[in-house]
Amino acid sequence: MLALISTILAQLTGDGEAGLSAIGAGLGYGLAAIGPGVGIGIVVGNAITAMARQPESAGVARTTMFLGIAFTEALALIGFVVFILLLP
Amino acid sequence: MNVFALDFPPVSHLFNWPDFLFTDTPVALNKTGLIYIAALLLTAGLFWAAGRRRSLVPTGAQTVAEAGIDFVENSIIMQTIGPDGRRYLPFLTTLFFFVFFSNIFEVVPFIQFPANSRMAIPLALALVVWAIYHVVGIRAQGFYHYFKGALFPPGVPKALYILVAPIELLQILLIRPLSLAIRLWANMVAGHLLLVTFAVLSAALWGTLYVPAVLPFAALILLTAFEIFVSALQAFIFTILTAVYIGGSLHPEH
Repeated sequence: MLALISTILAQLTGDGEAGLSAIGAGLGYGLAAIGPGVGIGIVVGNAITAMARQPESAGVARTTMFLGIAFTEALALIGFVVFILLLP
Repeated sequence: MNVFALDFPPVSHLFNWPDFLFTDTPVALNKTGLIYIAALLLTAGLFWAAGRRRSLVPTGAQTVAEAGIDFVENSIIMQTIGPDGRRYLPFLTTLFFFVFFSNIFEVVPFIQFPANSRMAIPLALALVVWAIYHVVGIRAQGFYHYFKGALFPPGVPKALYILVAPIELLQILLIRPLSLAIRLWANMVAGHLLLVTFAVLSAALWGTLYVPAVLPFAALILLTAFEIFVSALQAFIFTILTAVYIGGSLHPEH
């Protein structure tokens, strides 16, 4: 499969390896963004529920929410770093 | 690179700036270095101007400085370390304003480069934070108790320590400073790339088809506003994570 794509890319662009690594970069970042996307959704959603139920503790909930986002987002950012590194 | 058949500048052209002052010496300066010096002077100047003529009713720089100190004290230190974290207020406030000022140059017209999209200073700041939370932990709990508390968190079944201890060791020695630096750096790189993409798109469309250029230009304006928010948010997150790490070293888990 990869060999086929590589051959097609080589005929299109004259450089199969660069094309493959571009595809890998795009796929890699896309895949790396799935998990953190869902994770940040869960974090923020539950923080909003907490703030709506107990508005007086909104400050703590907001701080903890940003912490949770920061830790979850790190995975997406590592994916982004790999994307930059793989660019031909 | 080629985006929508446009000539997109290579990534290295967007982030590598040539030296223009003191070239070929160890203190060679480029745009990134100048922005850091400006951020340093802005941070120092803000608090110098605020403290020079103190008045009961704050005006000008004093308002900004007091709002910043109040924010760091109430939203960061009190939420994460507690009242005994007040002694870290000067460090955390300076850290917040320095990171914020070096980020905000991303949207300042004619400069438009986030200095933290180069890895050097985020990594240096993260290493400073790394040293500080280890020193604080060792001074507050002693070497043995600090590492025992960090490597063997209480409430974990005994058999799981085989798994947990190496992970925790890796985390306090490597993952914390690296993720701190990479988070700041990658956010700034991503923001700069987004702005460049839409700026190139608007410029290219404006040269040929005038009407569709409105769309990327509107996106560019919205993203500029978003990047102001991201600059402040990343400074906040960098500071609050520093406070969390210091708090974790100061107060062991029970």
